[in-house]
Amino acid sequence: MAEVLDLVLRLVLILAVFLVLPLIVGQTEHKVMAHMQSRLGPMYAGGFHGWAQLIADGVKFMQKEDVVPAAADRRIFSIAPAVALVPYLVVLAVIPIGPGLVGTDLNVGLFFVLAVMGVGVLGSIMAGWSSGNKFSVLGGMRSAAQLVSYELPLVLAASSVAMAAGTLSLPGIVEAWEWWWLPWQAIGLAVFFIAGLAELRRPPFDMPIAESEIIMGPMTEYTGIRFALFLLAEYAGIVVLSALTTVLFLGGWQGPLLPGPVWTLIKVFALAFVVIWVRVSYPRLREDQLQKLAWLGLVPLALLQLAITGVVKVALA
Amino acid sequence: MSSYVLVVALLAIGVAVFTGAILINRLLRPTNLTADKLTTYECGVDPVGADWAQSQIRYYVFTYLYVIFAVDAVFLFPWATVFAQPGYGMATLVEMFVFLAVIALGIVYAWRKRVLAWT
Repeated sequence: MAEVLDLVLRLVLILAVFLVLPLIVGQTEHKVMAHMQSRLGPMYAGGFHGWAQLIADGVKFMQKEDVVPAAADRRIFSIAPAVALVPYLVVLAVIPIGPGLVGTDLNVGLFFVLAVMGVGVLGSIMAGWSSGNKFSVLGGMRSAAQLVSYELPLVLAASSVAMAAGTLSLPGIVEAWEWWWLPWQAIGLAVFFIAGLAELRRPPFDMPIAESEIIMGPMTEYTGIRFALFLLAEYAGIVVLSALTTVLFLGGWQGPLLPGPVWTLIKVFALAFVVIWVRVSYPRLREDQLQKLAWLGLVPLALLQLAITGVVKVALA
Repeated sequence: MSSYVLVVALLAIGVAVFTGAILINRLLRPTNLTADKLTTYECGVDPVGADWAQSQIRYYVFTYLYVIFAVDAVFLFPWATVFAQPGYGMATLVEMFVFLAVIALGIVYAWRKRVLAWT
C-alpha cells in the first residue's frame, strides 16, 4: 500500500510540475519580452500585472471551435498535438530535483531522455504533413531539416557528461558533479544548450514556425485546444531543456546554504530566462545556416569536448 | 523493471490529459462548420493548386550523414560509462581518439565534397 501511495504522490507531483512550470515560464516570457521591448505586456487579467493572463487564455482556448480543414489527414492531424506534448511529460519522470527526489532513477536515464525528447519533434512533422497546407508542409520539412542538424551535437555533448560521471543515471551524474566541471565541460554546455534551443524550435532557430513568413508553419491550420496544446508543448520543452542542462552541466541540486530543490528551481529559471533573452536578442537564422552551424561548428566542438573529457578523466584516474 | 512502472503510468497520464482536454473542449465548444472555415488557409485567397505542394528536398544527404553518425554516437554511451574504470585507462583513450578521427574524417570528407552546402 505504501508503495502505491508513494507512486501516486510522485505522479501527482510530476503532473503538477508539468502543468504549472510551463505557465510560469510563459508568463515570465510575456513580461520579460515586454519590458525588454519597452512595453508593459499583459496588465489586466487577474489584477496584479496580468498574472492570470495565461489562465484566461486557457479558458478561452477551451471554448473555441475545433476546425479540422477538409483537406487535412484527419486522424494524424488530431493526434499530432499529443505526440508533441506527451514526451516532455514522460521525460520529467527521470529528472531529479533534489537528493532522492526523482520520479524514478533509471540506470539508462540520459539515454532515455535523449530518445524520448526526440519523439516530440515528430509531432511537428506530423502536423506539418497532415494539415494539407503548403505553409505547413514547408514548416514540417524545416522541422525535419532541423532534426538532422542538432540531434548529433546534442547526443555528443550529453555523452561527454556521461564519460565524466561514469554513469548514465541522472541522479548519479548530479552526485558525481564537482564545481570544476564548469570549466571542464564548458564547451559541452554551450553546444548542448544551443542544440537544445534548435530542438525546441525557439528563436533564433524558429524557422519551422516563422510566423512572419510561413505563418506558424505546422500550426497554421490548428485552432482552439489543439493549438493551445502545441503552445504548452513549447513551454514544457523550455522547462525540460533548462532542467536537463541544469542536471547535466550545472550540478542540479548542488549549491551552498539553500536546500537542493530550491537550487534546482533557481538554475532552471535562470536558464529559462536565457532562453527568453536569446529570443529577444537574435534574428532568425536560415535553415541552411543552422545546418552549417551544426555540422561545421557544433559537431567539431562537441568532438573536441569529448577529447578534453577523455584526456582529463584518464589523467586524473 | 519496477522502475519503469512510473514511466508507463506517466505515459498513460499524458494520454489522459490530452483526451481529457479534448473531451472538455467538446462539451464547451460551439460547432458551426461552414465550407469557408474548412478551406485550406492561404492568406485569405482561394487555395492555389493541390494541397500537398511539391518541393525539392535539398538536405537529404544530411539525413544519410545524420543516420550514420547517430548510430556511431549511440555506441559511445555504453563505452562512456566504463572507459575510466580500473584496468581500462590508456587503451580506451586511444580507442576514443580512433573513434573521433573516424567521425572527423567523415565530416571533412563530406565538407570537401560540398555535401554540406544547401545549394
